[in-house]
Amino acid sequence: MKTSHIYIILSFLIIVAALLNLLIGSVHIPAIDVFKILFGGDVENQTWKIIVMQSRLPQCITAILCGAALSVSGLMLQTLFNNPLAGPSILGITTGASLGVAVVTLLGGGLVVANADKLSGWLAVLAGAMIGAFVVMFVILLLSSVIKSNIMLLIAGIMIGYLASSLITLLNFFATAEGVHSYTIWGMGNFGGVPLSQMPLFIIIVLFGLALSVMLIKPLNALLLGENYAENLGVNIKLARSLLLFTTGLLSAIVTAFCGPISFIGLAVPHIARMIMRTSNHVKLVPTTILTGSFIALMCNFVCHLPDKFGILPLNAVTPIFGAPVIIYIIINQRKMRYFN
Amino acid sequence: MNTDINILTTRDLQIGYEKPLCKSLNLNLKCGNLTCLIGSNGVGKSTLLRTLANLQAPISGQILINGVSIQSVSKSELTRSLSIVLTDKAAAGGLTVFELAAMGRHPYTNFFGRITDDDKNIIDKSLEQVGIAHKKDSYVSELSDGERQKVMIAKALAQQTPILILDEPTAFLDAAARVEVMQLLHCVANEQNKAVLVSTHEVGLAMQIADNMWLMNKSEFYSGSSDEIIENGFIDKLFQNDNVKFDSVQRRFVIAQSK
Repeated sequence: MKTSHIYIILSFLIIVAALLNLLIGSVHIPAIDVFKILFGGDVENQTWKIIVMQSRLPQCITAILCGAALSVSGLMLQTLFNNPLAGPSILGITTGASLGVAVVTLLGGGLVVANADKLSGWLAVLAGAMIGAFVVMFVILLLSSVIKSNIMLLIAGIMIGYLASSLITLLNFFATAEGVHSYTIWGMGNFGGVPLSQMPLFIIIVLFGLALSVMLIKPLNALLLGENYAENLGVNIKLARSLLLFTTGLLSAIVTAFCGPISFIGLAVPHIARMIMRTSNHVKLVPTTILTGSFIALMCNFVCHLPDKFGILPLNAVTPIFGAPVIIYIIINQRKMRYFN
Repeated sequence: MNTDINILTTRDLQIGYEKPLCKSLNLNLKCGNLTCLIGSNGVGKSTLLRTLANLQAPISGQILINGVSIQSVSKSELTRSLSIVLTDKAAAGGLTVFELAAMGRHPYTNFFGRITDDDKNIIDKSLEQVGIAHKKDSYVSELSDGERQKVMIAKALAQQTPILILDEPTAFLDAAARVEVMQLLHCVANEQNKAVLVSTHEVGLAMQIADNMWLMNKSEFYSGSSDEIIENGFIDKLFQNDNVKFDSVQRRFVIAQSK
């Protein structure tokens, strides 16, 4: 199949998944009315308008952007560390971001939470997530110069994740009930976590990160051959490494700050993209990963809303159901997969 | 064809990490020559190659390409002067043969790495030269070790550099492939007037094919044609082992007769 055809099919799937998200929810709204609302028309029931414009549509946009951001982060980390099992959640980066958020929300007590809709409150949460993510990335980078084995580096990443988790537990222990509650809800993951007022900021930062990742395609390809070859091919290794870490840190931090620590999307989607495209060439992989990530995030969000009247499932209850089997499949079929050999 | 140009020279070069591995080296690489670097394991062959390729800083001394110090050559100039084939395992199984060889065009392609028709022709020609053009669209994971090595050489050729440095390109290959790869490199050096430097453990093969030999052991470094190093007895000092002797008639190492 031609590459462009695959892009078209993926885009079509994204539209279908987005429509599922827009049309189906705990409140029944006739499809015709949903379309009317989307295209700016008037409907009798004003509540419907609010549901579609302030809940379903923002969630759709958030899911599309988060899926893309996490997946492309995973892809970049897998190439950078030459490790198929790397990903923002495995290497402890999202946990680092969570710790940053925990410090801000729990130590700040009700203060930050009460200001959650205000820019200052979210900037504090975002800054916390960024600092947490970057600190962990920096530690992993330092360790990667000492630990040559990929598996050992992954284990070190998991250990750092545990350390951050234990600090989070401690913070929870000393925090107010209100703080713990809001932190726990946040920790379950939710694409509805971006307040409408912060939507533009969120969109801009994610699009900026995605643009950076597209600009890193050439060094990413060279890095497939290892750092020595890449350097000989004229890649500025230090700059490329820093930019890759900055971009993955930025993208995982912004998603984590707004939507909670979402697992598995960043780890599994790059593998699905490789299987679809049958290549490790980033010229094809980066766009495919972005599109596939958006589609899968939308589907996960849709599944979260399936219980209908019983409420919304936490996102982190759904992502492993799709992600874990993918990873197990890949581990079992490692020998047959091209990019492992 | 002018084969007298020293494209790469070193001045009092000391290589190693903290302690120098070898005495100060004053070496010359000539265009149009295949130079084989021979020495026992751990003597610092790879370190020397890495240093010459500017992947590792020397302890002291200078490396000059066309008379200009490698440190003052810009990155983009260096990448067009010198290409490498290393023993590093590349995660290239998911690329096609063409895509892998196309990596050699990185120094010339635009910001997004777009391959132009010119690039395409150069890559195709490189694949033909190493005799792997028929597998252009195969995945690298489907190739044998020898074929993989050829693609890596094609990558280096596509980089269009006057200097090629290869670290043990014949390791892991079967006997026929070893000869084939060495002959290929000799051809590349002679026909395209490139300076090709290869480290290898194939002493006998190197003696037959190389235009120039570099011999390296813990304390000394010899440079010369195969005949010179045999006549001067340099080759006998190579392994410093009483059980192995070089037979200058058969031109190969033999087991020393027990007394």
